[in-house]
Amino acid sequence: MRVVLGEDLTLLRDGLIRLFTAYDMDVVAVDNGPGLRDALLTQRPDVAVVDVRLPPTFTNEGLRAAIEARARIRDLPVLVLSQHVEPLYARELLATGTRGLGYLLKDRVSDVGRFIEAVRTVAGGGTAIDPEVVAQLLARHARDQQLGRLTAREREVLALMAEGLANAGIAARLFITEKAVSKHINNVFAKLDLHPADEGNRRVLAVLTYLNA
Amino acid sequence: MMRGGVIRRSARACGRGVVLAATAVAGLPLFVVSLVCVVLLPTGIGVLLAPESLLAVRRLASSQRRQAREWSGVTIVSPYRPRPAAITSGLRGQLRYCRWVLADPATWRDLLWMLAGGPVGLVLGLAPAVLTLIGLWALGSDLGTLLFGWWNAAPPTVGYQVLFLSMLPLGLAGLVAGPRLLTVHAQSASALLAPTRAQMAAQVGRLTESRSQVVDSSAAELRRIERDLHDGAQARLVSVGMSIGLAEQLVRNNPDLALTLLSEARASNGQALSELRALVRGIHPPVLAERGLDGAVRALAVSLPLPVDVQAGLPGRAPAPVESAAYFAVAEALANVVKHSGATRAWVQLDYEDGRLVAIVGDNGTGGADPAAGGGLRGVEQRLAAFDGVIAVTSPPGGPTLVTMELPCELSWART
Repeated sequence: MRVVLGEDLTLLRDGLIRLFTAYDMDVVAVDNGPGLRDALLTQRPDVAVVDVRLPPTFTNEGLRAAIEARARIRDLPVLVLSQHVEPLYARELLATGTRGLGYLLKDRVSDVGRFIEAVRTVAGGGTAIDPEVVAQLLARHARDQQLGRLTAREREVLALMAEGLANAGIAARLFITEKAVSKHINNVFAKLDLHPADEGNRRVLAVLTYLNA
Repeated sequence: MMRGGVIRRSARACGRGVVLAATAVAGLPLFVVSLVCVVLLPTGIGVLLAPESLLAVRRLASSQRRQAREWSGVTIVSPYRPRPAAITSGLRGQLRYCRWVLADPATWRDLLWMLAGGPVGLVLGLAPAVLTLIGLWALGSDLGTLLFGWWNAAPPTVGYQVLFLSMLPLGLAGLVAGPRLLTVHAQSASALLAPTRAQMAAQVGRLTESRSQVVDSSAAELRRIERDLHDGAQARLVSVGMSIGLAEQLVRNNPDLALTLLSEARASNGQALSELRALVRGIHPPVLAERGLDGAVRALAVSLPLPVDVQAGLPGRAPAPVESAAYFAVAEALANVVKHSGATRAWVQLDYEDGRLVAIVGDNGTGGADPAAGGGLRGVEQRLAAFDGVIAVTSPPGGPTLVTMELPCELSWART
């Protein structure tokens, strides 16, 4: 798997390269800022892992580069990393489509197994949204009547769907059967007046659109 | 009761009027001396003498402002431009000092009042007392004549009687109008001693400027802290997590690499902690919170690569923001000593006098420090300006350098 990495802090860049190498991923280009967008467009990697804040202005060049590259190459898989997450950035990223999109806190790299899983999900066209973003989106809906009708379990399932997990993943996280997961999902869709969607990104999109509204 | 109050007030007005007249008359010789000094300016002697004499005028004018406020309730705001932040010694410093005094329009309005206020103060100030005395004298003579036939062996003529009687209302007028006359004087003083509209506008401009400088520098400071955290401790902690995570994965198959990763994680964790400590010290040094300015400056002195003698005579603690500003000002001055002065010894003196916290940092280095050149001292100036504090630097070539900082504040009595 070919990876383009956009990270300016040496410590983290080296750590990530070591991590990817240990999992047989090939870091084909590393750019710490100004040339990142071009690297994304010319390399067309299987997945790009990009820090939001990069030189030269240390604001949100990484995010901008990801959004611009995805505007040129539809669904170019990009996983955006940051030391803090903003639902606003999530919304901007999601506006470029949910396929092959990730937005995670940098802290998540310490759970190496799950982080690598997220990278692979994004590379495979899936979605990986940080639980923190989902939690903030849900918090915004604290007084939402429709969400209030969900059971505690259904809310957990909703949150995991929003993070981009498939049924099998949700089942494994919650230690329940996939059949139970589908039942909860049907309930969630019914209670939120969403069209029942199939597995995958249309479902994530439906859920995130609902939460982002 | 009421009547007693009126008489007491009138009597007081008479006394104050006399003091006021004396103050006003004192202005006349000051006016003459100042004028001579100004005329002597081109000879150079004036450059030395004019500021001193004009500042004496300023002190007299200030005491008249105080009289107006305390005796007549007429508030006259002080119109002077602020003392320039960094006045150095030597000829250049003296010229700047001179220019500061001469360029201030308030100086000339004060001087004009010394001339005009003399007769005005003399007349209005003495009027209550003189009128009252005339009244009392007339009353005394009248009563004396009528009751005891003192005046002369021969009874006074009708003309004298009428004269004395007509003087009685004058005395009464003096008694009743005394406080009013003082107010009139205060108001006429206000015409020249109060700031003009333009001066007020200039002052507002200055305040706005210093405020926006402070706001700018504190915003920049917050940005720096955020950057330091983001690129420093936060990044290190992420990398610690990453190393531990990877070690976790590798511990069975490649224990040696896992071990290396774990010791890297430990080192990185230690660095994160020391970076956090350094950052905290930059925001608010813990020793400042624990020991106050005195202790914090001593702690700072111990950490410097040259002997620093600290003498502190603070009877209490300044408010936390002032303490912090003073600490960082002293720290910056000492950092300059270390970086630029080539000194082998330095000393810090902390005192509290006349409602001001005074910090003096001196060294035996090569001197020649120029606060106008910008850099750290400019930042200190801004920091102190937020509390109406000032900094002055004397640093002749060849040394020694003295940095004096003053911050007006109240001390709270020793907290433990």
